[in-house]
Amino acid sequence: MALLDVSDLSVGIGALQPLDRISFALKKGRILGLVGESGSGKSLTAMALMGLLPLIGARVSGGSVRFDDTELVGLPEEVYRSLRGRRMALITQNPMTSLDPMLRVGAQIDQVGQLHLGLSAAAAKASSIDLLRQLRIPDSATVHQQYPHQMSGGMKQRVVIAMALAGEPELIIADEPTTALDVTIQAQIIQILVDLVRQRGLALVLITHDMGVVAQACDQVVVLYAGRVAESNTVDAIFARPTHPYTQALIACIPRAGQAPGSLKGIAGMVPSVGSYAPGCRYHPRCGKAQPICQGEVPVLQLQAEHRVACHFAQPQGAHG
Amino acid sequence: MAEASQPAVPLLQARGLTRVFSSRASLFAKKRELAAVSDVDLDVARGRVTGVVGESGCGKSTLARLVLRLLEPSRGSVAFDGIDLASVPAPALRLLRRRMQMVFQDPYSSIDPRYSVRDTLLEPLLVQRAQLDAAAQDARVAGLMSMVGLNPTLAASYPHQLSGGQKQRVGIARALAMQPDFLVLDEPTASLDVSIQAQIIALLEKLQQDLGLTYLFISHDLGLVRYFCNRIVVMYLGRVVEILPDPEAPPRHPYTRALIDSSFEPDPTRRRVVTLLHGEIADAFNLPPGCAYAARCPQASARCRDERPVLAQDGAHSLACHHPLC
Repeated sequence: MALLDVSDLSVGIGALQPLDRISFALKKGRILGLVGESGSGKSLTAMALMGLLPLIGARVSGGSVRFDDTELVGLPEEVYRSLRGRRMALITQNPMTSLDPMLRVGAQIDQVGQLHLGLSAAAAKASSIDLLRQLRIPDSATVHQQYPHQMSGGMKQRVVIAMALAGEPELIIADEPTTALDVTIQAQIIQILVDLVRQRGLALVLITHDMGVVAQACDQVVVLYAGRVAESNTVDAIFARPTHPYTQALIACIPRAGQAPGSLKGIAGMVPSVGSYAPGCRYHPRCGKAQPICQGEVPVLQLQAEHRVACHFAQPQGAHG
Repeated sequence: MAEASQPAVPLLQARGLTRVFSSRASLFAKKRELAAVSDVDLDVARGRVTGVVGESGCGKSTLARLVLRLLEPSRGSVAFDGIDLASVPAPALRLLRRRMQMVFQDPYSSIDPRYSVRDTLLEPLLVQRAQLDAAAQDARVAGLMSMVGLNPTLAASYPHQLSGGQKQRVGIARALAMQPDFLVLDEPTASLDVSIQAQIIALLEKLQQDLGLTYLFISHDLGLVRYFCNRIVVMYLGRVVEILPDPEAPPRHPYTRALIDSSFEPDPTRRRVVTLLHGEIADAFNLPPGCAYAARCPQASARCRDERPVLAQDGAHSLACHHPLC
C-alpha cells in the first residue's frame, strides 16, 4: 500500500489555480522524482504536502492527500504540527538560509529530537552526533558545536538532512536539495539520500529540474508542466519511452556524452506564468506537434498500468530519438 | 566547429598568470593571503571553444577577469593577438576591448535595471564613442536583437519585464555590440533552467559558427563543457590540474575522473557509482604543500601530500599528477 497517495490535488491562490489535479502515489523505500522547469508547480506541491500553503496565502482547493491512510487535507493545524518534522520532513533548496546563523548547528538538530521524540538534552545530542556520523561528516562531535558560517555548503546541506532525519520520519520531501551545491558535492548528497531511503525504508519525494539526477536516483517520475501532470511513469520506462512531447524535450535538454555538436536544442519559449495559461493543453504554444485540438481540448490522462500521459498525440519515442 | 586553415598562434596566450588576494589585518585576524589563480598557462586557439571547468573557489572566474585585464595580475602576462595587455596604455586598451568581451553569469545583476534593452545595447557604442545617428542606432539595436533571437519589439522593455533567458540574450547581444572576435563566457547558463540553458548554448554555437568567434567558456558543468568545447582546462584550487586536448580524451587526473563521475547522464541504465568521500575541499587560505586535491583523492600517497605535482605536457595532453589514471 502506498504511504503517500495524492489524488486530483488542486491548489488555489485567490482566483488563480496554480496546481491543477495532481495525482501520484509513493510506497515506502521508493524515490519519486517530481520534475519540471521553474514555475511548473514543483515547490507548491511540496508546500501542499507539508500543509504549509497558508504561509503563502494559498489553499488546497480540491482533491486529497492521504498519508498512511490519514487524510491530510483539512487536517487541524495542531494535528499537522505533530506530523511535520516527526513523520514527514522537508529538506529545502538552500542550506544557507534554512539554518539559524545565531545557533550552533548541533542545537538546531537536537531541538527536533527533543520536541518530537521527547528525548532528553543529552540523548538528543548523542543521537544528533550519531546522525552526523552516518552522513559521513568527519569529526561529527566538533561539527555539532559549530555555527553555520564555519561550514561549507555541502556540510550545511548534510546538517539540514540530519535535521530532517532527527524526528525519524517515514516521508521526506526534498525540494531541489542539491541545486545550490558544487557538482562533486551534489553527487555525494544524492548518494547519501539514496542510501538513506534504501537502508531505512523511507519514502522520498525528490524535487528537481535535472533529468540527470532523476535518472540517477529515482524509481518513478512525475513530470509537471504549468501546474498539471504531463506524464508519469517508472524511471526506466520514462527514459526508454518518453511519450509526452514535453518529457521528450526535457530529456533532450541535457547533453549526453559524445553528442554531436549543434544537436542541443532546448525548448522554445518559456513556462507561462499562472493566470496566462493557454487554453486546452498548456504546453501547446511550445509544442512542435500541436494541432488545433490541442488548443481546444484539455488532454485527459490516459492510464495504462503505471503510465499516465496527458497528450492528444501521445506517441512513445525511442530512447535516443 | 574547427576552421579549415588554423593559424598556429593562439588568439590569447597567458603565461604564469597569478593573482593573490589578501585580507586586511584587523583586531581579530592577521593578514591572510589567498592565491585565487596560481601560475596558469593558457592558450585559446582562434575560432575554437576552450573550456575551463572546476568547482566554486577553483579560480575560474578570477581567470576570466585576468585574461580580459578586468583584474590586474599579481604576476604573469596575457597576450591578446600578440599584444601584451599589461603594456598597453589605457586608451589603446579601450580600443582593444572592442575585440574582447564578456558575458556574465547572472543576467539579473549584470544588466542595469534602469536601462531599457535599447539603452543596454547602445552603451558599448557610447563608451567606444561610435558616432551613430538615431536611425543607425535603431538599425544596430534591431540587428543585435534579431541576432540573439529576441524580437526587436522588446527594445523598449526593461529587465524586469524580461525572463531570465531573455535577459541573458540581452547580455550576449551587448557583448556582440562592438563586433568582437573573442568572448569570455563566465557560466552564462548557471542561473537558468535546463530548457533555457540548452536554448542559450544552441544560440552560442550558432553565433560562433556564423561570426567565427573564439570563446573561453567557463563552467562547473563538465557534461556541458564536454558537449560544447574543443579543448578542456580543468582547474582545482587556483591551478590547472589537467588539459584534455579534446572532449572525448580519457581523463588522467583523479579529480577530472571525479567530475565526470559526478555529472549524471539522463539515462537510468547508466547510473554512476558514487564513492562517498571523507575529505573536504582544502582551505584556500592555507593550502597544503603538496597536491591540493590529495586530501580527497583515492590515489593519494605520501608523496602527493609533500610534493606538488607540476603540470607536464604529454603531446597535446597536460597533467599535474603523481599517479595518473592511465
